[in-house]
Amino acid sequence: MTAITGDHPAERPTGTNGRRRRPTGVPGLRILTGGAARLWLVALLVGCWEIIARTKQDAYFPPPSTIVRVFHELWFSGPATHLFLTDKALDDFQPSFVNLFCGWALAAVVGLALGILLGRSSVAREILDPVLQFGRAVPPPTLIPFFIVVFDFGAQMQISTIAFGVIWPVLLNTADGVRTVEKLQLETAEVFGITGAARLFRITLPAAAPKIFAGLRVSLGFALILMVISELIGSTTGIGAHLISSQQGMELPEMWAGIVLLGILGCLFNAVFALVERRFLSWHSRARGLDS
Amino acid sequence: MLEVANLSHAYGDAPPVLSSIDLEVRPGELVSIVGPSGCGKSTLLRCIAGLQAPTAGQVRLDGKPVDRVPDNLAVVFQDYSRSLFPWMSVRDNVALPLRRRRKNRAQRQENAMKALESVGLPDAAAKYPWQLSGGMQQRVAIARALAYGPEFMIMDEPFGSVDAQTREDLEDLLLRVRGNSGMTILLVTHDIDESVYVGDRVVVLSKGPARVRADLWVGLPTARDQITTRELPEFVHLRAEVGRLVRGREAADEPKS
Ligand SMILES: Nc1ncnc2c1ncn2[C@@H]1O[C@H](COP(=O)(O)OP(=O)(O)O)[C@@H](O)[C@H]1O
Ligand SMILES: [Mg+2]
Repeated sequence: MTAITGDHPAERPTGTNGRRRRPTGVPGLRILTGGAARLWLVALLVGCWEIIARTKQDAYFPPPSTIVRVFHELWFSGPATHLFLTDKALDDFQPSFVNLFCGWALAAVVGLALGILLGRSSVAREILDPVLQFGRAVPPPTLIPFFIVVFDFGAQMQISTIAFGVIWPVLLNTADGVRTVEKLQLETAEVFGITGAARLFRITLPAAAPKIFAGLRVSLGFALILMVISELIGSTTGIGAHLISSQQGMELPEMWAGIVLLGILGCLFNAVFALVERRFLSWHSRARGLDS
Repeated sequence: MLEVANLSHAYGDAPPVLSSIDLEVRPGELVSIVGPSGCGKSTLLRCIAGLQAPTAGQVRLDGKPVDRVPDNLAVVFQDYSRSLFPWMSVRDNVALPLRRRRKNRAQRQENAMKALESVGLPDAAAKYPWQLSGGMQQRVAIARALAYGPEFMIMDEPFGSVDAQTREDLEDLLLRVRGNSGMTILLVTHDIDESVYVGDRVVVLSKGPARVRADLWVGLPTARDQITTRELPEFVHLRAEVGRLVRGREAADEPKS
């Protein structure tokens, strides 16, 4: 069984001579300045779109200024006491976010636990491998009809869809990370009497953390997709339901505002995740930065 | 008391690496092991430490057969950089084994600092292993084993990456620690001078498969000094003898292969 990619091959920090330093400063800063440098292209594209949309007056492609206005009116024109969120924003965001994070967290916890088990036990691996390969191969949205039958429409069905769909990257990456901990690190732990829970939390999991985080990151991306899909089908609340209802009312600017919102959310989740990851894996990226 | 009896080992179907090794190490003794590279020194140490089950023979520590790593034994691995944990600071790496000694956090950190000072690295405590040079990492690995406070210490080429001056300091540190704590030490080295300088005995292994070729008693005074000990006629004589035993065999091997 192989790990989901999105991971850098585990590199060992050998601190011998001849290391090359990358001529870069703080990585966060680099991302920011790089982002700013690339932003002009986005501005240019949006500008072109604005001009073309205004001259063509096509109902399917409202100008960005209209989208932004609708975007603001729909969700962010509320009172300051509500952080400028409108009632509709609370109605749309809350169920979506709850489903997204419950599903993702469930997948993370179960995936981590099963992944550890699988990584530790070659017997479990051999027995479960065909099942896992099959489970991973089933496209998650195909299970929505099944979950609708079991749970009917609603949060339970949506959370189950998300959890089942995003568990695989966490599970397989954890199993791979746990299985491939350096033998010498485990032997060192054995020599110095680090066993059981101490070994799991101080040696195995930190060693596997780069792969685990890569899995969690991929899962988070999947979770957003599955959140929308599960809401497009027979849901009355959430961002996906907003998309459907604006489609049915032929309210194109509202629909576009929803699409933009989802794009922004995707970026936001990724950025927050990257911050958390940097906090936990600074040793890894810094060791690599000095070494490779 | 460490007893190695009739120890043989082969990796899988490969030709044997160790063949009927017999060795006894008395408490408080420091035994150097030398031999051509690839002859099986690390394998021997791993069998003795209980990390590797030998294909035949037995290792006994204080009369008990070694079938897993005994809890009064520390190992300094040859591959020191990979045996340090990159996600822990140097101080945490050194303090980690002290968890087993049932010390509280403050005591662990204090002992770790002492051990780091003894190897001359007090300033590296807050750094990470990968921020240090190879020689410094090696000293961290030594500090970790010293902090553990074992009765038996197994060291696989522990000074291979440090500079000459530091190497001498560490050799003297080892002799001091042994003098103070009565630790029993088994040390593999590829440096013949070093094997004689630190050792009470020098065991020379032959290659393919490894056998004990010679077991020499180092009759030098217990108090050793980097300058004066190394100019003693006994020292010069002994190092020549060990050198001949190691190289002689290597030279004799060559026409065969
Ligand atoms: N894990 C292993 N599996 C198979 N062969 C090994 C393994 N470790 C060492 N060997 C082989 O055993 C021989 C002795 O290795 P080693 O004990 O590391 O020698 P030394 O420490 O004296 O240099 C070498 O030929 C090496 O290739
Ligand atoms: Mg070796």
